[in-house]
Amino acid sequence: MFGSYEFDWSSIPGAMGFLGQGLLVSLEITGLALVAGIVWGTLLAMARLSSIKPLAWAAAGYVNLFRAVPLVMVLLWFFLIVPKLLENFLGLPSGSDVRLASAMIGFALFESAYYAEIIRAGIQSVPKGQLAAAHALGMSYPQAMLHVVLPQAFRNMVPLLLTQAIILFQDTSLVYVSALADFFGAAYKVGDRDGRLVELVLFAGAIYFVLCFAASQGVRYFQKRLQTA
Amino acid sequence: MEYQWNWGVFLLPSAVNDGTYLDWMFAGLKTTLVLSLSAWLIALLFGAVVGVLRTVPHRGLSGVATAYVEMFRNIPLLVQLFFWYFVLPELLPAGIGNAFKAMNPFAQQFVAAMVCLGFFTSARVAEQVRSGINALPRGQKNAGLALGLTLPQTYRHVMLPMAFRLVVPPLTSEFLNIFKNSAVCSTIGLLELAAQGRQLVDYTAQPYESFVAVTVAYVLINVVVMLLMRKVEVVVRVPGYLGGK
Repeated sequence: MFGSYEFDWSSIPGAMGFLGQGLLVSLEITGLALVAGIVWGTLLAMARLSSIKPLAWAAAGYVNLFRAVPLVMVLLWFFLIVPKLLENFLGLPSGSDVRLASAMIGFALFESAYYAEIIRAGIQSVPKGQLAAAHALGMSYPQAMLHVVLPQAFRNMVPLLLTQAIILFQDTSLVYVSALADFFGAAYKVGDRDGRLVELVLFAGAIYFVLCFAASQGVRYFQKRLQTA
Repeated sequence: MEYQWNWGVFLLPSAVNDGTYLDWMFAGLKTTLVLSLSAWLIALLFGAVVGVLRTVPHRGLSGVATAYVEMFRNIPLLVQLFFWYFVLPELLPAGIGNAFKAMNPFAQQFVAAMVCLGFFTSARVAEQVRSGINALPRGQKNAGLALGLTLPQTYRHVMLPMAFRLVVPPLTSEFLNIFKNSAVCSTIGLLELAAQGRQLVDYTAQPYESFVAVTVAYVLINVVVMLLMRKVEVVVRVPGYLGGK
C-alpha cells in the first residue's frame, strides 16, 4: 500500500538530546498543570458546593466558561494578549519574556476547570454523615474538609485523576501554538529542519502511544487493585 | 497607554476587501460548524461499528476493535492531525497522494481535518457504544438466542435497538467536544472560528473585541448543542430506565 516514499530515519539519533529535552518540558508542564489544577480545582469545587450563593455562582461560571471554549484558543490568547496586558499593567519594559509563563498559566487555569468537576463529584461521593460527624466532634468546616472529607474523596478519585493526567499529557502537545518547545514542538522543528517531517511525526506518535498506553494500563491495574482492597 | 475599545471594528471593510470583518467571523463559524458536523457523521458511523465489534465473542474481531480504540485514544489529536495532513499523502500510492496535493489548499486542510476529527472521535464514540451494550441485562442476549435467533439477529433486533438509545446521553459530551477539538485544526492553517479570530487580531489590532466575539460564538455553539441534545434525549429515552418515563 505504500507509495514510493523512501524513509530516512537518520536525523533522529543525532536529535535525541533535543527531543529528550522536549519530552522533559512536556512532563514539566504536565506536572505543573497537574498540581496547579488539583489545588485550584479543589478550591473551585468547594466554592461550587458552598452555601454562599454568589461564591457558588462565580465558581460555576468559571468552570462552565472554560469547559465551553477550546484549549487551543485559551493557549493562543494567553500567549498573545496576556503578556501585553501584564506589560501595561506592571509597567514592564516591552518585550519582556512573560509569554511562556502566561501560556503555562493559561494551561493550568483551563485544566483546573476539568479537575474541579472531577473533584466536585468526588466530594459529593462522600456520605453527608461524615461531615456531620466531624462537626459533632467539634471540628470547624476547614478542619472537617481537610481531615475527614477530602482524604476520602481523593481516594475515590485517584483513578479518574490519573486518567485526566494522561489526557493532560496529550494536551500539552497543543502548547505548540505558543512556540514552546515541548516534545512534539521539538520533533516538528527537527523534521522541518531536515525535511523529514514524515519520519519525525511518526516517531513522535509512536513515543506518545507507548507512554500513554503504558500509563493507562497502569491506571487500569491500579484501579482493579483498589476495587479488591 | 489606554486601550481603545472599538466594537465598530466588526463593521469595517476587511483589509483585503472581501466584505467586513464580521463576514470573516461568520465564514469561520460556518467552517467550524460544517467541519464538526461532517466529522461527527464519520465518528458515529465508525464508532458504532467498532463499539459493537468490541463486544462480540470473537477474539480476532474484538482484538482489532480494541487496537483501533487504543491507537486513537493514546496519541494526541495534534499529532494525529499532522499525520493525516503531512504524512499520509506522502505514504499513499503516488496517484492518490498527488490527487490530494492537487486540490486547493482549503480543500486539503478541510479533508484532512474532517477525517482526523472523525476518526479521533470515533474511538470515543466506540467506548460509549461498548459500555451501552455491556449495560444491557445479560438476559436480553440469552433470551434472543433462546428464541432461536442467530447472534447477528440478536444484535440487530434485540440488543442494538436498546443500546443505541441508552448511549445517547453520554454521547452529548462527545458531540460538544468535537466542536471544541475542531479549533486544533487552525494549526494546519484551516481558517475556522479560532483562526479567524486570530487573523482579526493581526489585521485590526483590536484583540479584546475579537477574543470576546470568538468566546461568545463557542459558548453559543455549546448552548445550542446542549438544548438540541436535551430534546433528542427526551425522544429516545427508554421507559423504566434512569431518566425514562
